[in-house]
Amino acid sequence: MGLEAKLNSDGFFVTKIESIINWARKNSVYPMPMGISCCAIEMMASADPKYDIARFGSEVMRFTPRQCDLMIVAGTVTYKMSHVVRKIYEQMPDPKWVIAMGACTSTGGMYRSYSVVQGIDQFLPVDVYVAGCPPRPDNLLNALMQIQDKIGKTRPKDFQNIKLPELNVIQNN
Amino acid sequence: MELKELIQQKLKEKFPETEFEFSEFRDELSVKLNKKNILAVCMFLKEDSDLEFVLCEDITAVDWASRKNRFTVAYHIFSIKNKFRLVVKADVDENDCNIDSVTSVWKTSNWQERECYDMYGIKFNHHPDMRRIYMPEEFEYYPLRKDFPLMGIPGSLPLPKK
Amino acid sequence: MDRLTKQDVHPKILQKLLEDTDITIDDALENEMILNMGPQHPATHGVLRLLLRLDGETVIGCVPDVGYLHRGYEKMAENMSYYEFIPHTDRLDYISPLANNVAWVLAVEKLAGIEVPLRAQYIRMMVAELARIASHLVAIGSFAMDVGALTVFLWTLREREKIMDMWDILCGARFTNSFTRIGGVANDAQPEVLSLIKKFVDEIDDNLSECESLLNTNRIFIERLDGVGRISKEDALSYGYTGPNLRASGVEFDLRRAAPYLQYDKIDFKIPVYQEGDALARYFVRTDEVRESAKIVKQCLQLMQPGEIKANLPKSVLPQKVEVYSKMEELIHDFMIVNFGINPPVGEVYHAIEGSKGELGFYIVSKGEGHPWKCKIRSPSFIHIQSLPHLVKGHMVSDVVAIIGSIDPIMGEADK
Repeated sequence: MGLEAKLNSDGFFVTKIESIINWARKNSVYPMPMGISCCAIEMMASADPKYDIARFGSEVMRFTPRQCDLMIVAGTVTYKMSHVVRKIYEQMPDPKWVIAMGACTSTGGMYRSYSVVQGIDQFLPVDVYVAGCPPRPDNLLNALMQIQDKIGKTRPKDFQNIKLPELNVIQNN
Repeated sequence: MELKELIQQKLKEKFPETEFEFSEFRDELSVKLNKKNILAVCMFLKEDSDLEFVLCEDITAVDWASRKNRFTVAYHIFSIKNKFRLVVKADVDENDCNIDSVTSVWKTSNWQERECYDMYGIKFNHHPDMRRIYMPEEFEYYPLRKDFPLMGIPGSLPLPKK
Repeated sequence: MDRLTKQDVHPKILQKLLEDTDITIDDALENEMILNMGPQHPATHGVLRLLLRLDGETVIGCVPDVGYLHRGYEKMAENMSYYEFIPHTDRLDYISPLANNVAWVLAVEKLAGIEVPLRAQYIRMMVAELARIASHLVAIGSFAMDVGALTVFLWTLREREKIMDMWDILCGARFTNSFTRIGGVANDAQPEVLSLIKKFVDEIDDNLSECESLLNTNRIFIERLDGVGRISKEDALSYGYTGPNLRASGVEFDLRRAAPYLQYDKIDFKIPVYQEGDALARYFVRTDEVRESAKIVKQCLQLMQPGEIKANLPKSVLPQKVEVYSKMEELIHDFMIVNFGINPPVGEVYHAIEGSKGELGFYIVSKGEGHPWKCKIRSPSFIHIQSLPHLVKGHMVSDVVAIIGSIDPIMGEADK
């Protein structure tokens, strides 16, 4: 109703395709919670009634990667777990974004030891880093808003010339 | 306390040929013995009707970084009937790095001994499932030994490509 | 993506999974399958990997694979002083962070022989019991969510937010607050916090009954959990169970009564014990424990007298910041303690407290230096996950989720 009240005449407006698509995409970001340790609890707390994440459109925290566009890596990533995270990242469809939540994912955090990866950007492309140990839920909501800004600024030329992965083609011989 | 004397007396009566070293620190009793007798002593401590040490709280090892008797395996056992905790210790040398497993006495020692093996490299004889638990199976080193560096050995753990 | 093949599962795990089992299924369909309930799963309470061997829908074998969150705590503890390790203990059982702090400083104080003033002991008790309430609320909420009741999760998290507000004012952080110090606590409890705590424990009984009214008479909930994951008394003791899981199997064992620490011998509280040993009994034990903890907090509020909150031992206890900036000896002591650490005597000590999951213990070996020679963390979740193969045998796949929820493991503590 709000949109129709703003239009001057019979319901036409002229805009660019990318504005509509970006507006739709950024207001319905489905996060994929890769909750590994303590930051996962603050991520759960950002979904509870006090710091509602549903008002940003991210109500649906689906645990299957095929339906999500944003991966929130929350918790310490060890070498053993890094293969799993990478596998799930590859299963997400394009376009996708990654939030590195907390100090452990940004640089290894307070764990300078033999089994912790010192920063997930060694094997994943990261868009937003959130500082804190663990970051407050408001901090995570700020990161989500920055991702929304980033989505709002994407242009079609960012998606052209993308190398698509090889598909398994069934040979009928 | 009379419970401590009762334990010492019973152990000396039942196993006259093994030598025990009793010590007390901060009101806790600990007994040190040779690693050959560990299974028999643990079985006796669990099944004796006065003592009844039914709960095995913890099995761990300490690396002293010395030439002789490099490791000490410590068993913390608790008796619910008497509300008393006892620490049983056995020395393990680096050249002969194995000790009998007590999985037949307490089932909880299965994973705790696996963790000891993963971190220190001490093998437990007659253990039903001796493999690593925290580090991946292909890892070649034992992390908690004193000669393993804190930051790890570069290249020992693989990382996926970007 | 690829299907799970024999190369994805390590051969040693496969060998353990395929060994002979004592369950026989007389069914016409003889199809066995290996299912990987992977580290990333909505219902495994963290990064726990379970490999299940299924015959149709029935589980006949299970091998848990832990270690996906192994951060190297014990190795790090050998390289940092006793004070520096306090923030690390927060992240062990990250749902009830203050209880771990209390456990660590109690172990260090036992080793060094430090006595703590009374007011600090009461504040520690209060804070540990609030941590237990918070942990049980999350356990009940996520357990109900796994079984299918999603509303209960949001209602228990609402209660937990009230506790986090209290911690925010008392400790300065709402979560992973390193509040205790060796020799006392960091800040005094302000009157604002005490009135908030009093209001909370007066209302928790009614709020919890509201959450329970959705579950206790719900036929689906009861039928889904009754008789599932049953463990007998002897098996529970042999598998090393402690905490609510043991009390649900009929053994009345609580470390606050068996080996009292702080001022628990002066407080009057009951220990809830149930005899059945199944998942429903563990749920009831946890809801009863929330009410008992509220009683303990009320008594602490009454018994607490004004006084000191840190022991007066300049060589081991950090002085107040105001004095550090103005007096000379305090400055020197602060410098020595922060850089070189307190030096406890040579020896070893094991101290355990009754955490919300079970018995959380620290075994510290000291050679007289400022950092421990060895530190072992006895975590209850590690011990409980070990018994999962025994519990899930013969049940259906959907019961596996209910059993894991009733055991309540936290992987940060299990993997250290």
